Amino acid sequence: MVKELKVSALENGTVIDHIPSENVFQVIKILNLEKFKTHLLIGTNLESKKYGTKGIIKLSNKFFDKEDVNKIALAAPNATLIVIKDFRIIEKNTVRIPDKIEGIVKCFNPNCITNIEQVPTKFEVISKDDLKLHCHYCEKITNKTNIVFI
Amino acid sequence: MKGKSLISINDYSKEEQIKILDLAAEFEKNPVQNILEKYVVATLFFEPSTRTRLSFESAVSRLGGKIIGFSDSSSSSVKKGESLKDTIITVSNYSDLIVMRNPVEGSARYASEVSKVPLINAGDGANQHPTQTLLDLYTIRQTQGNLDNLHVAFVGDLKYGRTVHSLVIALCNYNTTFHLVSPIELKLPSAVKMHIKDKNLTYFQYTDMNDVIPQVDILYMTRIQKERFSDSLEYERVKNLYILNKNMLKGIKENLKILHPMPRVNEISTDVDNTPQAHYFQQALNGVYVRQALICSILGLK
Repeated sequence: MVKELKVSALENGTVIDHIPSENVFQVIKILNLEKFKTHLLIGTNLESKKYGTKGIIKLSNKFFDKEDVNKIALAAPNATLIVIKDFRIIEKNTVRIPDKIEGIVKCFNPNCITNIEQVPTKFEVISKDDLKLHCHYCEKITNKTNIVFI
Repeated sequence: MKGKSLISINDYSKEEQIKILDLAAEFEKNPVQNILEKYVVATLFFEPSTRTRLSFESAVSRLGGKIIGFSDSSSSSVKKGESLKDTIITVSNYSDLIVMRNPVEGSARYASEVSKVPLINAGDGANQHPTQTLLDLYTIRQTQGNLDNLHVAFVGDLKYGRTVHSLVIALCNYNTTFHLVSPIELKLPSAVKMHIKDKNLTYFQYTDMNDVIPQVDILYMTRIQKERFSDSLEYERVKNLYILNKNMLKGIKENLKILHPMPRVNEISTDVDNTPQAHYFQQALNGVYVRQALICSILGLK
């Protein structure tokens, strides 16, 4: 109940819940929140019944577009996105890893054209549970252990 | 296939691949024709090559076409720092088809997306070299009469050889039994083996090639490069295990043919060259017919 109150204390904005604790700062970096100008609350290593621990980010007057949600899904595949307007939860979604990923992560292959010329990366997601990204250009697989966000 | 770039072997279906092979057989009978008289083909080789570039240029020349291009990047504006995108857009204004070799992986796919004309990948680093695969399929069919149910041995560097990877994947359409001979360090990657497993085909792995030779229809040799070994002692130990000589061709199948993508260093002794099994120079010649077939199909002329 206490948690609910904290969430609903936002008048307008977004709550990103169920972020893996170790990836909270990654999510902040991906979403470029270092430069965020209004209220931003970060919690990490919080108790979670589902996942043991979790991180949470609350943002005033910030709403995400589709591409941003995709970015979150890669670093925090189980994250919940809660949209709040006038103190009310108006939308609650679990983020989903998309089938195709464009321009969010780097190809791990240093000899890939995307790492040599100014070519935006493009991947087909061939496995979501054990994350595997197939590069549209060099055809190599970038996986969980070598994923780097742009 | 008109207008359809060829970047990876799987860009063309099995049926499309067979159409190219059938057309190549026509060009083998009649390689000098005036089909490309009004066409300009650009050959952009950002790194050196003997067989691939010359066989493309021979293919075009024998069909009466004109060739523009460069044979290494130091003689182009790339040296001044021009991007691949700008080079390709420019050249696609000057030509009807681009043939490109570039050491950067994925460069061919990207180039085909910015080019106004179709593009044939003549090798993009360790990634793909689909025209080699087509000429290998053509050569296997030429020597065996068909592609189905063959026993094919691959010998040497199965880990890094893109030629081997693409050919294994292509042969998975033909109920092939694979015999994979390599040092432990240079085994076929599991990503390629997945294709074999997906089709429920059989493969055997060996470290010694002697037991394999009598069993197979095709012996596909490759070069083992010293720089692939982390331990140079290990290289010294294995390098002589994968050298084929005439004495090893005993108790073999009558139809056995030896292929090699070339260049060879010492993995096939020269005493093999004059045996009836040696087919690697013919294989390199077949590259001309297959490339003639491919170019004419893509330009919509056949």
